[in-house]
Amino acid sequence: MRFPKAKPASPATRALQVVPPSGPTAWLTTFTAGAMTFLCVFALALSLASGRLADRWSEALAKTATIRLSAPAEQVQLQTDAILATLATTPGVASFRLIDEAETRALLEPWFGPGLPVEALPIPRLIELVEAEPPYDSQGLRQRLAAEAPGAVLDDHTRWRRPLAEAAGRIRLLGVLSIALIGAAMAAMITLAARAALATNSQEIRVLRLVGAKDSYIARAFVRRFTLRTLGGAAVGAAAGMAGVAALPAADAAGGFLTGLGFTGTGWLWPLALPALAALVAFLATRRAAFQKLRELT
Amino acid sequence: MIAFENVAYSYGGGDLLSEVSLRLAPGSFHFLTGPSGAGKSTLLKLAYAELLPTTGRVTLFDRDVTSLSRDDVARTRRRIGIVHQDCKFLDHLTLAANMALPFTVSDRESDPQDMDDLLGWVGLNHLANAYPPQLSGGERQRAALARAVIVDPDVILADEPTGNVDWEMSLRILTLLVELNKMGKTILVATHDLNLIRQAKAQIQARVLRIAKHRVQLAGADL
Repeated sequence: MRFPKAKPASPATRALQVVPPSGPTAWLTTFTAGAMTFLCVFALALSLASGRLADRWSEALAKTATIRLSAPAEQVQLQTDAILATLATTPGVASFRLIDEAETRALLEPWFGPGLPVEALPIPRLIELVEAEPPYDSQGLRQRLAAEAPGAVLDDHTRWRRPLAEAAGRIRLLGVLSIALIGAAMAAMITLAARAALATNSQEIRVLRLVGAKDSYIARAFVRRFTLRTLGGAAVGAAAGMAGVAALPAADAAGGFLTGLGFTGTGWLWPLALPALAALVAFLATRRAAFQKLRELT
Repeated sequence: MIAFENVAYSYGGGDLLSEVSLRLAPGSFHFLTGPSGAGKSTLLKLAYAELLPTTGRVTLFDRDVTSLSRDDVARTRRRIGIVHQDCKFLDHLTLAANMALPFTVSDRESDPQDMDDLLGWVGLNHLANAYPPQLSGGERQRAALARAVIVDPDVILADEPTGNVDWEMSLRILTLLVELNKMGKTILVATHDLNLIRQAKAQIQARVLRIAKHRVQLAGADL
């Protein structure tokens, strides 16, 4: 008898499944990864949509306010001129403009239909102004308008846009937090599944240790398997989630927040990154669990 | 190669082994005998660092086992072939893949022709592609012995290698162990089969260690 000579392992030998390929935790890992990634896609969509909304509102917040003038017909032009003169001398006002009848008609058209006789209706005259940096003193402006044009009301959009923008920002934060929690929950589930798999295969692990396997070799077998299972499950979950988001109604100009829920442009790349991220989470969670459990088992 | 210096091992509050001192010289053949529960398996586990001594010092290849990291233990076991009475295999792998495990776990592999030779040496050529549950007790023991020696270890530790096989198969396994010893391997066999020991002593110079009252003694010629 002669002892076999060793040579570097071929890819087939390296890929040898030294732990049994199936087990009760196999489906659990794949299912968990799929379900969590599916949820993650929606959390991501919510977060991105909230971000867009917050940006839009913040942008609008930084721009405009409106002065609404309701006055007797013979006073309208007089007070309009007074308002314009006041604005021209107000520090903190970057620009202002009188909204003409055509523009007013366009604004009202969605509610009253085309061909509205604006000139025959007691519709307030609107003046749009844009804040400068630093902004104007709204309280001071109100007092001056009250003195110069008693029918003028400063409609400061910031008073209602700011809380909405803040709310949108919070929703974005909640979305990010949800993604983090989903990731943590997935890591916990995969850790449990990995520990269960290691415990189930304790006999095989003892055999491997007995023939000289290092912990890193045994861990590698489990880590590889759980990472691939997670990657597969997460890919299916991400695809299903993206299909679900794509099936949501498209955002339009008149649409609200819900119709704007989804991905736009390069935003579609984010959910594509989720399977890789899930696989990374599985890799780290399984590796940590494997080394811990191996120290307990042998 | 393997040395015990005043080693004690306690379990459950009582001493299982105490004041054990022995040295396995290169190329030696030792039997370890004693009644069931005397501590034969424990002594073997101490010899391949599965257990650590409660007191005293176990040295493997000139290194104190307590100084070995887990990776060091793994590396050291590649120099020790271990055969158990209830030899365990990975049931989802073929016999050939199981035998090659010591290579596989170090990212190496053997030449197929060499593997055939090894299988032929233990008389299992025809079962290379069989799975462990399909093997008889004797076939499993021979496969375990082949797996233990595939990496050309310096030492072979066998725990009741003939415990589950008939006398004819016991002699066949003994013949393989004797042949390995003649190749220069250091052998330690734990067994309570005195007939096997007598049979071996007729072929080679084997020393017999007996565990009695927690201590290891050199047995006399009365075996």
